[in-house]
Amino acid sequence: MGTVHVGVKPDNATTLLSLYRTMVTIRKFETLAGEMFAAGKIPGFIHLSIGQEASSVGVCSVLRPDDYITTTHRGHGHVIAKGADLKKMFAELMGRKTGYCKGKGGSMHIADFSIGILGANGVVAGGFPIAVGAGLSIKLRKTDQVVVCFFGDGASNRGTFHEALNMAAIWKLPILFVCENNCYASTTKTSYACSVIDIAARAKGYDIPGISVDGNDLLAVRQAAAEAVDRARRGGGPTLLENKTYRRRGHFEGDPQRYRDQAEVVEWEQKNDPLFRFASTLKKKKILTQELEREIQEKVEGELREAVQFAEASDFPKPEEALEDMFVNP
Amino acid sequence: MPERMMTSAAALAEALHEEMARDETIFIIGEDLIAHGGIFGQFKGLSEKFPGRVIDTPISETAIVGAGLGAALTGMRPLVDMHFADFVTCAMDEIVNQTAKIRYMFGGQVKVPLVIWAPDGAGLRAAAHHSQSLEGWFVHTPGIKVVVPSEPVDVKGLAKAAIRDDDPIIFFQHKKLFAREGPVPEGEHLVPLGKAAVKRSGDHVTLVTYGSGFYMSMEASQELSKMGIEAEVIDLRTLKPLDFNTVAQSVKKTNRAVIVHEACLSGGFGAELAARIGSELFDDLDAPVIRVAAKDVPMPFSPTLESFVLPKVEDIIKAVRQVTYR
Repeated sequence: MGTVHVGVKPDNATTLLSLYRTMVTIRKFETLAGEMFAAGKIPGFIHLSIGQEASSVGVCSVLRPDDYITTTHRGHGHVIAKGADLKKMFAELMGRKTGYCKGKGGSMHIADFSIGILGANGVVAGGFPIAVGAGLSIKLRKTDQVVVCFFGDGASNRGTFHEALNMAAIWKLPILFVCENNCYASTTKTSYACSVIDIAARAKGYDIPGISVDGNDLLAVRQAAAEAVDRARRGGGPTLLENKTYRRRGHFEGDPQRYRDQAEVVEWEQKNDPLFRFASTLKKKKILTQELEREIQEKVEGELREAVQFAEASDFPKPEEALEDMFVNP
Repeated sequence: MPERMMTSAAALAEALHEEMARDETIFIIGEDLIAHGGIFGQFKGLSEKFPGRVIDTPISETAIVGAGLGAALTGMRPLVDMHFADFVTCAMDEIVNQTAKIRYMFGGQVKVPLVIWAPDGAGLRAAAHHSQSLEGWFVHTPGIKVVVPSEPVDVKGLAKAAIRDDDPIIFFQHKKLFAREGPVPEGEHLVPLGKAAVKRSGDHVTLVTYGSGFYMSMEASQELSKMGIEAEVIDLRTLKPLDFNTVAQSVKKTNRAVIVHEACLSGGFGAELAARIGSELFDDLDAPVIRVAAKDVPMPFSPTLESFVLPKVEDIIKAVRQVTYR
C-alpha cells in the first residue's frame, strides 16, 4: 500500500483521515438503512454496499465536484463518496417530499446534478450509455471533466457494456469504467456467468487499459483510479478498472441467500473487511488512534442521527404531486 | 416570410441548418450521417457547415441513444438519428426506461432536451424490419413527447420547435413522404407542440389523422366532395401533447369521426382517440367512431401483400359512407 502520486499530491494525514471518515459514513449509513428497512421504516427494496466501501471512496476521492458519476441499484456508497447530502438521501429512502427526488425515486434512483451525480439506475448496466453521452458532451464542450461509470460484474454481461466501451474507445472519451466485481450478480456467481476470471480482461477487446486491483484495499483503488482519471483528463481515453470485492449482504435486504454458504460471508467479514484493513494501516502509521477512531465514529453517528431525524420530521409528498415534474413544458 | 416549394427532407435540413447556426450546443449523432448527408438526404450540407457536430457512430443503437441522453443531461441539445424507426427496439431501455423517466424519477432536477428522430412508415416494399409505425408505443410511455408531422411546412416548424423544447421528443417522419413537396416559409417558422391543424373544412364528418394518413385523408376528401360529403381534415401533428380541443370542436360540428393512421389497428393511437371521443363527446355523436388502419400483421414484402395490408383511400371513403349512412 503506497501513497497516491499521480493526479493527486502524496496523501497527508488529513486526507487519509478524511478518506477513512467517508468509509465509516458509508458503512454506518448502510447499516442503519438496513436496520430501518427491517423495522419497516423504508418502503420498497434496498440494496446495500457493505464491504464495498473502498471502491466507492477510493474512486470518488480522486474526482472533482464537476466530474460526473453514473451509479447503480447498489449506489448509496458511490453517491455518499461523491458528496451527497445524507439528509436528502434518508428522506428519499423514506419516500419524503424533502428527499433528493421528492419521493419519486427512492433508493435506486438517487441523483444530484449539482455535484455531478447523473443518477443511480434501476436497470443493471443502464448507466453505460449515459456515461458515454456525458463523456461525449465533455469532449464537445472541450472541458477537462471526467466521467466515472460504476457497475457490477453482472452488468459486464449486458450489451450496453460492450457498445459503450467500444464507443468510448474509438472516440477516446474521458471515462473510467469501474467494475465492482463482488462475486455475485443477484443470485448468480460471477464464476458461472462471466467468460473471464478478470472482468478487466474484457478491456483487451476494446484496446483500452484494463486493470484489476484488490477492491478492498482503499489505497490501491485510489492509486489506480488516480492514474486512470489523470490519463482521461489529459485526453488519453477510457480505462476499465476492476475492483475485486465481495457483496456481504444479500442482493436485496431480505434476500434469503440460498445460493451461498454463510461461512463464505463470515470469512470475508473477518479476514477482508476494507474498513478494518484501512483502519489498521492508519493505526500502524500512527495516524489513527483509538480516541480519534471513536471521535470519528461518534461524529458520523451524530450526522446520521440528524439525517434520520430530518427525514422522519419531513412530510410525505401530497398524492397529487405524483402528477408533477414530468415535463418542463407540459 | 416568402414561401418556396420544397421536399420534406429539405425542410428538415433547412430547420437543422437554421437551428445549428443559432445554438452551438446542438449536434446530430447516428449511423451513416456524413457520407450521404443522411440516408434520405435530410442532413445534407450540415457536416460541412458544422464540422464535428454531425457525428457518425458505430452500429450501436443502445449507445447512440444513451449518448444523446447523457449529453442532454450535461448541457447539450442532441438530435439522435435512429436511421429507421424500426431500430428503436434496439434502444428501448434507453428511450423508455431512461430518457422518458429521468426527469420525473429524479424529482424534476434536470431537463432532457433530446430529439430522437425516427423515419417510419411503409409503402417502400422494405418489409417487416423497415416499415413500421410505432408511435403508439411512445404515446403509451409517460415522459416522452411524440411528434408526427405530415407536410414539409410542419416538418420544418415542428423540427425547430422540438429542438428548442427542453423535454425529450420522438420525432416520426414518414419515409415515403421525404420526397413529397409543399410550400415552406423561409427563415423563422415555428409550429408549437400540441397544436393540431384543421387542414380542410367540412360539415359532414371529421377525419382525424397524422403522418401519411393526412395525405390519404385529403385525397379521400376530394372524392367524397364529389358525392356531396364534405369532410373536415384534422392533422394532429403531435400526439403528445395532444390537442384534443381541436378534435372536439370539429366533432361537435360534424357529429361524426373517422380516425386514419398507417399503424396497425389493435392498440394503435386510434384506439386511444376513439375512446376519448366516445367518452367525452358521446352526446355529440350521430354514429360510432370508425378507425381506418393497417391490418394486424407484420409488414409483408411483396407489393400485392403490402398494398393489401396498408390502409387505402377507398377504406376511408367506405368508412365515411358508413358513418354518414350514405
